[in-house]
Amino acid sequence: MSTPKRDKPWLMRTYSGHSSAKASNELYRTNLSKGQTGLSVAFDLPTQTGYDSDHPLARGEVGKVGVPIGNIGDMQALFDQIPLGQMNTSMTINATAAWLLALYVAVAERQGASPAQLQGTTQNDILKEYLSRGTYIFPPAPSVRLTTDIIAYTVKNIPKWNPTNICSYHLQEAGATPTQELAYALSTAIAVMDAVRDSGQIGADGFEQVVGRISFFVNAGIRFIEETCKLRAFGEMWDKLTQERYGAQSEEMRRFRYGVQVNSLGLTEAQPENNVQRIVLEMLGVSLSKRARARAIQLPAWNEALGLPRPWDQQWALRMQQVLAFETDLLEYGDIFDGSPVIAAKVKALVDGATAEMARVQEQGGMVQAIESGYVKRQLVTSHTERMRAIERGDLKIIGLNCYQETEQSPLTGGVDSGIMKVDPRAEREQIERLNAFRAQRNTAEVKAALATLAETARGGSNIMPASILCAHAGVTTGEWSQTLRDIFGEYRAPTGIDIPANDDARSARAVAIRTQVNQTGEEVGRPLRLLIGKPGLDGHSNGAEQIAVKGRDVGFEIVYEGIRLTPEQIAKAALEEGVHLIGLSVLSGSHIEMVDDVFNQLGKVGLKDVPVVIGGIIPESDAKLLKERGIAAVYTPKDIDMNGIMVDILNLIRKANELKPVAVV
Amino acid sequence: MSLALPEPDALAVAVSGRDRLALARALNLLDDRRPAARQCAAAFLDALPTDKLDTGGHLIGITGPPGAGKSSLTAALIQVWRRRGLKVAILAVDPSSPITGGALLGDRLRMHASGADREVFIRSLACRGEFGGLSAEVWPMSLAMLAAFDIVLVETVGVGQKEIDVSKMTDTTCFVAQPASGDSIQFLKAGIMEVPHVIVVNKEDIGMAARKTLSELKNTLRRQMDPEGWQVPALSASAALGSGIEKLADALDSHRQWLLGQGQFTARRQRCQAEWLVKHLREEFGRYGIGLLGGEEALFTALANSPRRSPIAEYDALRGRVMDAFQR
Repeated sequence: MSTPKRDKPWLMRTYSGHSSAKASNELYRTNLSKGQTGLSVAFDLPTQTGYDSDHPLARGEVGKVGVPIGNIGDMQALFDQIPLGQMNTSMTINATAAWLLALYVAVAERQGASPAQLQGTTQNDILKEYLSRGTYIFPPAPSVRLTTDIIAYTVKNIPKWNPTNICSYHLQEAGATPTQELAYALSTAIAVMDAVRDSGQIGADGFEQVVGRISFFVNAGIRFIEETCKLRAFGEMWDKLTQERYGAQSEEMRRFRYGVQVNSLGLTEAQPENNVQRIVLEMLGVSLSKRARARAIQLPAWNEALGLPRPWDQQWALRMQQVLAFETDLLEYGDIFDGSPVIAAKVKALVDGATAEMARVQEQGGMVQAIESGYVKRQLVTSHTERMRAIERGDLKIIGLNCYQETEQSPLTGGVDSGIMKVDPRAEREQIERLNAFRAQRNTAEVKAALATLAETARGGSNIMPASILCAHAGVTTGEWSQTLRDIFGEYRAPTGIDIPANDDARSARAVAIRTQVNQTGEEVGRPLRLLIGKPGLDGHSNGAEQIAVKGRDVGFEIVYEGIRLTPEQIAKAALEEGVHLIGLSVLSGSHIEMVDDVFNQLGKVGLKDVPVVIGGIIPESDAKLLKERGIAAVYTPKDIDMNGIMVDILNLIRKANELKPVAVV
Repeated sequence: MSLALPEPDALAVAVSGRDRLALARALNLLDDRRPAARQCAAAFLDALPTDKLDTGGHLIGITGPPGAGKSSLTAALIQVWRRRGLKVAILAVDPSSPITGGALLGDRLRMHASGADREVFIRSLACRGEFGGLSAEVWPMSLAMLAAFDIVLVETVGVGQKEIDVSKMTDTTCFVAQPASGDSIQFLKAGIMEVPHVIVVNKEDIGMAARKTLSELKNTLRRQMDPEGWQVPALSASAALGSGIEKLADALDSHRQWLLGQGQFTARRQRCQAEWLVKHLREEFGRYGIGLLGGEEALFTALANSPRRSPIAEYDALRGRVMDAFQR
């Protein structure tokens, strides 16, 4: 039997990194030995938001959601025995992308590799950070300038690098429908490419190269037929856009190139083993259609909704890809959807819808303006609110969550580790020790000079990359690089988008009944009930906080919500000044214990020991118990989907704190 | 937290001593509608030091259409005042949802980015569908804040007529005009909008449109004069660039100086309270109720000459008179 000719499979990666550069390096080398063909680096939140590990805002976050990289020493340790000249590395990094790329280039140089050899991706899509995920630092204008600088620099010096991954991924996580994903990702691409063109760093003759280097990072949800169509729509729209708006002639350069991480939004904490089949089906959405197949795939682990995955969980995710690529016959055929009228009609509907929404964004002056005005964020919050209500009503079925909840005890979560990985609590202290040792041995004069060059470059208009590479070699830290730019560019707070009109659910019988009780309790305690929704720490995942804020308003609470990245001190100050009846915290980075301790400490300092505090987030059961022992009144996790129930709960916690009997709302 | 009420005299002493927790509790108390709480609130207000309420601090109202940049301008002003060593309290009034009664409050961090300065105190209020664009609690709360802070700024979303409210219950009103929008000019010309004490065109960084709006405003103002003789300045500023903010702070302060120089300051504060009382009475009893007290004009005259009293006690007294008149 002759072996049929097979297509080359996509790059296989696992998004990973934790604790320290050394621990992550070991994990990477193990993953590569298991057949992974590229790396995908997860950085911790201080690194993503430009703080050194010993900054007060970094407390509790070091090494939690990714690896801490504070200087060139860490970056060298991260890629120890991994030759960068031959590797393909994707880095999920945005506000500090120029800095991490500079460190990468500097390490490659020290390994003896030339920039021209380097292959990989910097995510470098700051606009979506204002809408989802939240690791932005600077206002839109200087942020777009940094993005532009990276693109211009790599096109000239690191030609095989993907300087930006325009992300529709996080838009879907924030609630975007497929149409919105298409429209906002492509509008973002327009904003970025216009900025590159207008910067004058690339001549008209070189612009086709820029078009060819723009890649995308896409999400794939469980509706895998629609997702297949979405990706075909992306391809069609990108081809047209790059030809018409940017005059790209070469078909090769106009090809829609994307990497994918399949959906985390739909993964459940309830019956988490079901996530395995979800992930596999989602993978089909980005691989079945050859015309719209991903260039790189990374799959989440089955237990992401529970906590951090262990190496075994990541291996399982990798094996899913390998089975599809090497055991099935998928890669033996051309595109199996070409000519299907059903697929063509769906693609057309998506293209039409997205084209109309893109026009609305352009009417407002483009994506940057539509983000600054809060328009896009409001659209996303609205979509996500609709999705949550549909789950709550049971119209959108999620197995194990809102139907078929009966389950046997899962052997997967029963082990001593409860089926998740715990970051070594010593990781933060050890990282700070390494940072101090690094600072002690570097040449301070050289550091100062490099930072002065960086500041001068930032104030002027020239490309930020050479000065950043200089800083990397000189031993500048992540916090120093970022602070220099913070001082010049300033910091930004994006619109929260929660100021959306009340929807039909606000008029439902249950909502009206709760509202009556909220108002009644307000009269009993003398004034309308107020909630403070606070997101302490560096974590920018704000869906949960936004949904609680909107729902709270809709059942008659007065809501104080100030968006992401608050210090415990700011939360305590706001609670005091606003006279709130209850504080709700939201933490998804795994640093909930430290955050709660800090918030209680600050509340004590301002004299608010008796205000009830609840928390929501990805919180393992064992931690929930610890939090309650510390005085947390209630813990909510992704499996708590009955938003009305949460509101009644909160109402009764306020009643209890005010020595009133609980009420039942049916 | 319990439903127990604070001791009013001790609370007043603590508030005047700028105890932040005490001020927070006082504001909660002034928001409390239970009858016992209202009595306690009246006693608290009466116990506040009279010099601070009559001549102390500077009570400023800032208003303008949505999107004019009030919050960012406030943020820039806070920075200037803090550099001048002044302690600042803000009352930010937001609309509440007409459907649910719930509200999304405040723009705290937009107004005060670092959010850690203990000499800045921000309380948000929902207007709760009553009292025009202003919440009924604003005046009593302003008094509590004046006892503890140098500057008390009331920020309201102003749309047309509702802007009048804030101008009547502050020492100095500042209107933030949206560049390239003729609405405010039309309102001024038509007399729909009370003339503010200071007008500022924000976003001067956008250039031409802002300059055009400013010159139109200046033209309009030339034909208008504050009835008390104050010449209304029209300025331009940019919260984004931080330009024109010092001048704006100076202009606001000149109005305070002018009131003091004219010997009108205490009278203005008294008038603020009278406006609040009359408005409150009108909301509860309508024109008919005011008529029972001899009509608005007589009421204002009487209030201008009556001794100082907490707004709550005064209101309850007036309310009693209306009820008596009803029953007769």
